[in-house]
Amino acid sequence: MSQVARQGRRAGSIRSPLDAWALLAMPGFLFLVVFFLVPLVRMGLRSLTDPSPANYRIFLESPIYLRVLWTTIRTSLIVTVVCLLIGYPYAYVMHHAGPKTRAALTVLVLVPFWSSLLVRTYAWTVLLQDSGVINSVLRDLGLIDEPLQLMRNTLGVTIGMSHILLPFMVLPIWATMRRIDPDLVPAAESLGAPPRAAFRKVFLPLSLPGVFAGCLLVFVLALGFYITPALLGSPQNAMFSELIVNMVSERLRFGVGSALAMTLLAVTLVLLAIGSRFVRLGDALGGMESR
Amino acid sequence: MSADAGPRRIGLRSFAWLVGLVLIAPTLLIVPMSFTSGGILLFPPPGFGTRWYVNFFQSQLWTSGAVTSVKVGVAAAVLATVLGTLMALGIVRGRYPGRPVVMAIVLSPLIVPVVVIAIGMYFVYTDWRLAGTMPGLILAHTSLAIPFVVVNVSVSLRTFDRTLELAAQNLGAGPIRTFFRITLPLISPSIVAGALFAFIASWDEVVVSIFLSSPLVRTLPVVMWGQVRSSIDPTIAAVATMLTATTVVILSLVMLAQRRSRATR
Repeated sequence: MSQVARQGRRAGSIRSPLDAWALLAMPGFLFLVVFFLVPLVRMGLRSLTDPSPANYRIFLESPIYLRVLWTTIRTSLIVTVVCLLIGYPYAYVMHHAGPKTRAALTVLVLVPFWSSLLVRTYAWTVLLQDSGVINSVLRDLGLIDEPLQLMRNTLGVTIGMSHILLPFMVLPIWATMRRIDPDLVPAAESLGAPPRAAFRKVFLPLSLPGVFAGCLLVFVLALGFYITPALLGSPQNAMFSELIVNMVSERLRFGVGSALAMTLLAVTLVLLAIGSRFVRLGDALGGMESR
Repeated sequence: MSADAGPRRIGLRSFAWLVGLVLIAPTLLIVPMSFTSGGILLFPPPGFGTRWYVNFFQSQLWTSGAVTSVKVGVAAAVLATVLGTLMALGIVRGRYPGRPVVMAIVLSPLIVPVVVIAIGMYFVYTDWRLAGTMPGLILAHTSLAIPFVVVNVSVSLRTFDRTLELAAQNLGAGPIRTFFRITLPLISPSIVAGALFAFIASWDEVVVSIFLSSPLVRTLPVVMWGQVRSSIDPTIAAVATMLTATTVVILSLVMLAQRRSRATR
């Protein structure tokens, strides 16, 4: 204690005028600028100069590129709807469950959230391929003669991507549900509303911000997926990221690849910017983000 | 609750459990299949053995990938933890213009599509002679891991009881002593958690690593990516099992750290 007391006169100095705290953020800030931001900016420049801004006219070059764009948007929409249909009831049960069930359901969502995307996608190939687990079981049960085509198509991509993106739907919806005043639904019911109406008129509207946040996040993340469509899809339903990789690493058209990447980046940022005006994206990062 | 709530509730609950089961089933199913004694992955496996695990440890390709992954992961986690913790302090405690910009840049690695990051880094790191090298992978993974540390540490900085710091200062401690004796011990569990998340972020990273790897320097997921597309070798299942096991162990450590942090409040 006496040691501490000796420094007493310095006690007020924690509020120094020009923030010393700002200096602490500098090394990490500079690191991200050099090793993360500069690559993106240089890629943007490259899309305009290697050889010219005409790189962006790639979409006019062949209908294939527009088709890939459409496949990407369509797949992302399907995945968003699937995640919503599964994620909303899941979050609802999590919200209303007792502490133990809730903890178990949370872990079931979070463990896949943190386990390797490549491993999970690989696991789906083991389940879905022609000689895979699902087809083997169905054949052994005598339900099918020919294996069902479960991957190398939109179905496989949808299954794999929905599995990986579900936490991004469940967590924001659940976060919003937790903020709903728990007395509101019983109040509506005590005033004579049947449970169904109390849900539809009171609970559901209040949970919609979470629904919007979840849908926005799932859709935007889905647009940029690479590993899962590459393993579970086929060249016929390739997604935008696969096109970018193909352009850069197989066709070596770096300028065009940069232009495609900038397009994807721009779409992502614009959607998030529009979305963040309406919803709390902080919720979207679920348990990781602060209130 | 009125009459029809009961069955509906049970239906909903079973649905949620079913979804939860489907969420973990693929990963769990790989475990028994990786212990197959057969030459290809069949279900059910014809017999069980550790043949594919032995194969993993005897293969130069796989083991060098694992060693690279551990080195890169540890280095990136250490760098990200130091930089990220300092940034969290600067962001939460600082009062200066431009803080939102700093925050946006910190979070951007979570938002920018990974293929876009990979291509951008590939071009620039090639110019800087960092592509295909261990330092290149470490620097790339560090930038991807920093957000996890910043988010974890900022949450704990925002939520802990600041009267403890004021009390220390009232008792005469200077800002530096207050930081090391009060603040740092209180946020240390979240720093540990952030470091572990940073390691997982590096350990599981594929797309950026594909572009920054070379035949001599390849992380485990990059080796796996090459194998998954070209072969049906059950060693991949063994690797998948070991990758998952590592993640589960690390997540358990995170939960322990977080429980301790709650206990110290």
